[in-house]
Amino acid sequence: MSRQQLDARRMLCPMPVIKTQNQVAAMQVGDEIEVICTDPGALNDIPAWARINGHSVIDTVQDEDEIRITVRVGA
Amino acid sequence: MTKQHKAVALISGGLDSMLAVRVLQEQGIEVEGINFYTGFCVEGHTHAIRNHDKEKQKRNNALWVAEQLGIKLHIVDVIEEYKDVLLNPKHGYGANMNPCLDCKIFMVGKAVEWVKEHHKDGFDFIVTGEVIGQRPMSQRKFTMPIISEESGADDLLLRPLCAKNLPETKPEREGWVDREKLYDFHGRNRKPQIALAKQFGLHDFASPAGGCCFLTDKSYSDKLVDLWQARNSREYELDDIMLLKVGRHIRPSDEFKLIIARDAGESKFLEGYRKQYTSLHALSHNGPMALVDGELKQEQYPLAAAIVARFGKGRSAEEVEIDIATPDQQRQQIKTAPLSADEVLQEWYV
Repeated sequence: MSRQQLDARRMLCPMPVIKTQNQVAAMQVGDEIEVICTDPGALNDIPAWARINGHSVIDTVQDEDEIRITVRVGA
Repeated sequence: MTKQHKAVALISGGLDSMLAVRVLQEQGIEVEGINFYTGFCVEGHTHAIRNHDKEKQKRNNALWVAEQLGIKLHIVDVIEEYKDVLLNPKHGYGANMNPCLDCKIFMVGKAVEWVKEHHKDGFDFIVTGEVIGQRPMSQRKFTMPIISEESGADDLLLRPLCAKNLPETKPEREGWVDREKLYDFHGRNRKPQIALAKQFGLHDFASPAGGCCFLTDKSYSDKLVDLWQARNSREYELDDIMLLKVGRHIRPSDEFKLIIARDAGESKFLEGYRKQYTSLHALSHNGPMALVDGELKQEQYPLAAAIVARFGKGRSAEEVEIDIATPDQQRQQIKTAPLSADEVLQEWYV
């Protein structure tokens, strides 16, 4: 299992979703990716994208400036 | 055993593409969605920037529609390739800088390419939510065959909502879908779509008029044309077109334009560009972040500072101190009297 990080800071939705989608395409089931973003839209969009594509959001951390969303790659 | 046929549908996030997919799902067709991001798409990001929109739900409509339909959605970044569509539209522009017909041909063409790239997934045809007469430029009786032909989709492009007004396509001819169960919608009247949505139990959908692109907006198009004229070039990058969505744009000179935040959310957003653009903000009073697009010469610093001072809390003060920082963080402070409202000339507003 690998754990990767994606810097999507300053990107506006849907770019964080597109970058996540493209990185996940090269990952294996069970791998994890932590997406760091600044657009609050990602709080809604990344979980929605994960749900419809069979992945799961396993952690979300939000502070004043940044949001960190960890997705586990599904089948 | 009968083969289950599979289609890829262009999902904008509006009602029509949602219904088109739902109609096919009723016929047992397996559908996946595809959504193209040009950089000009109207999405939640403007909500994410501005303070007053913070209560609005920040959802991406295409993702939301896909979830309601229970289909996968593939979002494709076409920002670079889209430049040629915008800059050289064979079929011209609509009322503003919207190359709607070329855009539709491009997107269907990209879907054709995508189906070829994903041939292992076995997609049989392409679906759109187009309705004849719905949109003044791209969705007209005579444009439908143009889109099919020029995109390369030909008779593998099915429009379930108006198929009965069009010649049979291969999916109908081959019996993959039952033409009798498709629709004959036409015109700008939205009642048939609303009724069909109700029949399917769909009650929440994004603006049925489907305004999904900033290029159809006059104010946005004016800013884009101004940018091109000022640079004497129609080249643009994603940051350029994002910044056209943010702030007041004031051009007091051919050489530079100020982008002045309208609230704290926009100020925070513009702060992220301070390493790329010269920026101004007030030190002595609360006030907006402003970026300079173009070249701000030393002799123009006082004018730029006086304009920015006008839009902060110090607008009535005798003097406001403004910090000007270049991208390499060389800083200079200027004390200036703010311009009055009348001194910020109307023709400066882009």
